[in-house]
Amino acid sequence: MFGTLKGRLLVILGVMALAAVALWQNGIKLGLDLQGGMHLALEVQDPNGTLTAEQRADYTDQNLEILRNRIDQFGVTEPNIQKIGADRIIVELPGITDEERAKDVIRQQAFLEWKLVLGSDVLVNALPRMDRAVVQALGEEGLRALEDTSQTDPTSVGAQQDVRDLLFGQVDSAADTLGADTARASGPTQTPLSRLILQGAGDGEFAVAEVDVPRVKQLLALPGVMNALPRNTELRWGADPYAVQGQALYRPLFVLQARPFLTGERLEEAIAGRDPMTAETIVQFQLDRRGGREFEAVTAENIGKRIAIVLDTLVHSAPVVNSRIGANGQITLGQAPMTEAQDLALVLRAGAFAAPLEIIEQRQVGPSLGRDAIDQGIFAGALGLALVVLIMVGYYRFAGMLAVLALGIYALLVLGGLAGMSATLTAPGIAGLILSIGMAVDANVLIFERIREELALGRPTRAAVDDGFKHAMSAIVDSNLTTLITALILFQVGTGPVRGFAVTLSIGIIASFFSAVFITRTFFLIYLDRKRASDAISI
Amino acid sequence: MRLFEHANFDFVGKRKTFFVISALTLLVFVAGAVYFQIARGSWLNYSVDFTGGTLVQVRIAGETDIGDLRPVIDQAVPGSEITAFGEGNEFLIRSPQAEGDATGASERIIDALRAQFGEQSFEIVRTEAVGAKVGGELQTRALLAILLSFATTLIYLAFRFEWRFGLAAIIATAHDVLFAMGFISLLQLDVALPTVAALLTILGYSLNDTIVVFDRVRENLPNMRRDGFEKVLNRSINETLPRTVMTSLTTIVTLLALFLFGTGSLRDFALIMIVGVVIGTYSSIFIGAASLLEIEKRWPRERGGRAKTRTRASATT
Repeated sequence: MFGTLKGRLLVILGVMALAAVALWQNGIKLGLDLQGGMHLALEVQDPNGTLTAEQRADYTDQNLEILRNRIDQFGVTEPNIQKIGADRIIVELPGITDEERAKDVIRQQAFLEWKLVLGSDVLVNALPRMDRAVVQALGEEGLRALEDTSQTDPTSVGAQQDVRDLLFGQVDSAADTLGADTARASGPTQTPLSRLILQGAGDGEFAVAEVDVPRVKQLLALPGVMNALPRNTELRWGADPYAVQGQALYRPLFVLQARPFLTGERLEEAIAGRDPMTAETIVQFQLDRRGGREFEAVTAENIGKRIAIVLDTLVHSAPVVNSRIGANGQITLGQAPMTEAQDLALVLRAGAFAAPLEIIEQRQVGPSLGRDAIDQGIFAGALGLALVVLIMVGYYRFAGMLAVLALGIYALLVLGGLAGMSATLTAPGIAGLILSIGMAVDANVLIFERIREELALGRPTRAAVDDGFKHAMSAIVDSNLTTLITALILFQVGTGPVRGFAVTLSIGIIASFFSAVFITRTFFLIYLDRKRASDAISI
Repeated sequence: MRLFEHANFDFVGKRKTFFVISALTLLVFVAGAVYFQIARGSWLNYSVDFTGGTLVQVRIAGETDIGDLRPVIDQAVPGSEITAFGEGNEFLIRSPQAEGDATGASERIIDALRAQFGEQSFEIVRTEAVGAKVGGELQTRALLAILLSFATTLIYLAFRFEWRFGLAAIIATAHDVLFAMGFISLLQLDVALPTVAALLTILGYSLNDTIVVFDRVRENLPNMRRDGFEKVLNRSINETLPRTVMTSLTTIVTLLALFLFGTGSLRDFALIMIVGVVIGTYSSIFIGAASLLEIEKRWPRERGGRAKTRTRASATT
């Protein structure tokens, strides 16, 4: 069927129809760099390198499912979420405008726990031991260095006192800081930790001045300090600081039972809302049947005590249990905007990550840049194409026109190929396309030059055309194959934009080969068909 | 009309001249590379793709200059580099920081801009944040891509031609890639992922150009047994000259359009490609065949000048 002219035309028309259908049905998918959007690469957090490869892969798989769920609910059109290798997740969100929100939804571990708040005395009793552990860990030198860099300004103590009274009511100022008595006896260096921790607003709750928070965190992280707490006990920071006139002054610190009596797994529904009494932003949740029963049992035993709702290690609220509580409850977010509550409700519904994820790569393109790139690409492409047409027709005359016609079909085939393989067109992809046009032209040039040479040798037209095609073939095959090899390697090894380039270049090369070798040839055959063998051709 | 219709230049005879020209140019590039290596710590201007770090491209409404931005950014992310970009009110903020979560620095920059200029008065055009680990990976992969392409094309050439041709083609191609990299270094163009794509395309293009000439050499050899190898080479280069010039011309025309009307990475890409095509054309005419001659002189083939000619892939049509 390739032998006859009719057969050749049928093949060309068939391929064109295929390309047109693919183009019609799929359209050309634009890459994030062209339509705007965000590309993220995520990995399971492993700061100390303690996870085994299996664990990482395992957590990645679990997180992937939850992430899909979250992004579905977040409502992005045509997101692309996929695993790369064993332990990396790629998220592509086209057309996203609020990147911060999207990132929070993707990053948040959303690990929800309910824990009992212990009595204040648990920490008060443990503090002397913790102080000693700090002293031991730092040594005399370390302590002195610590005191020298202390940020607490003695002149502001009076002002602080007033605020403290305001916040926590009149407290006996001598017993104000927990280490006050010992401080007077043995100097501040003996109570490095306890003198920074104040009584808080309720049982089991303490407060640390905002300026001291980094210091306290640093001290608590010293070896042996946390071990001074009784077993099954832990300290957790509150999510919202105590604020006066919008300025954060103190941060709450809670003493909790380390083992949660309930986790977010038992959550059935979570809805964002506003507390009608306080106008604070809240997320209301409902537990499933079993969770409700467990919750009821625990609250019944602990009436009068407090329960902490801990989200990603921060205490979001710690209500006092007044009576048995059933399956409902709420997380208070204070003055946070409604969108934050909506996002929190969303991630709670979608479930918690098995392990926290971190963003290791982010690429984001605003919509305007993408538009510019498309416009420029189209303009430059059209201009380049027009110039090529001009050169080809000017130099090769009628044969050049045949080549241009073949190039037109080539363009359709490339676009159809891109659509058919559902490849995405990126900015480097446009460059790849333009380059492959060059390759297509090169094949034609090789053939035409060869035909001219044969004609110059005095061969009859038809034989010259045949030999021209035949002799140019090996060079065309070599050049296309070498470029194709490079493109395939780029595809294998490359990432993101480079891959886009490789895909369009590969499709372009295949189409250019078909266009130059088969389509142009067919046109020549049709053209020659109408002439006598001795007629000259315009080339 | 026909360019170089009966061209008969003695390209190969003047090979010493072109070797010297190439060597001198290369020397300039090496000097430039050494200078930048000492003065800036790296001979190539690696982008955050490879070094890891953060890049934020921001468009600020109204009159703003770098002086207005500097204190704001310095406070958010010390050690950032700010450059004006495109038309006046667009800026590139680059910071080497990407420790821990890769996006920390970009978030701090955006927060600082928001605090300073207000939500509505600036637009984030582009953000790139690459963790150090990813940067290292991308670097390895880029290097791998270049080496792999070299290796596979070498294997392909060894299969299609004879080893002398393959070696000469590799010399010409390496020449071109080195020149392109020297150019990138001298102009301190951004070396990002698309740059690797450009380099690999140059590699393919240059090889392609050289192959067309060698293809003709292979074809002419059996027909010109009585002539010297030098004459065969000259004849082949001259015969393919019209094609070489036409193809370079059309490619450069499209790339020029891209260079003149594109911006940013597209423009850099086009510039590198133009340089690559020009050098590729030069080397396929002046360096490739000349190298082949030198190789032939050092390791002469058996008498009679018989090249290993494979049957040409015949047209499928």
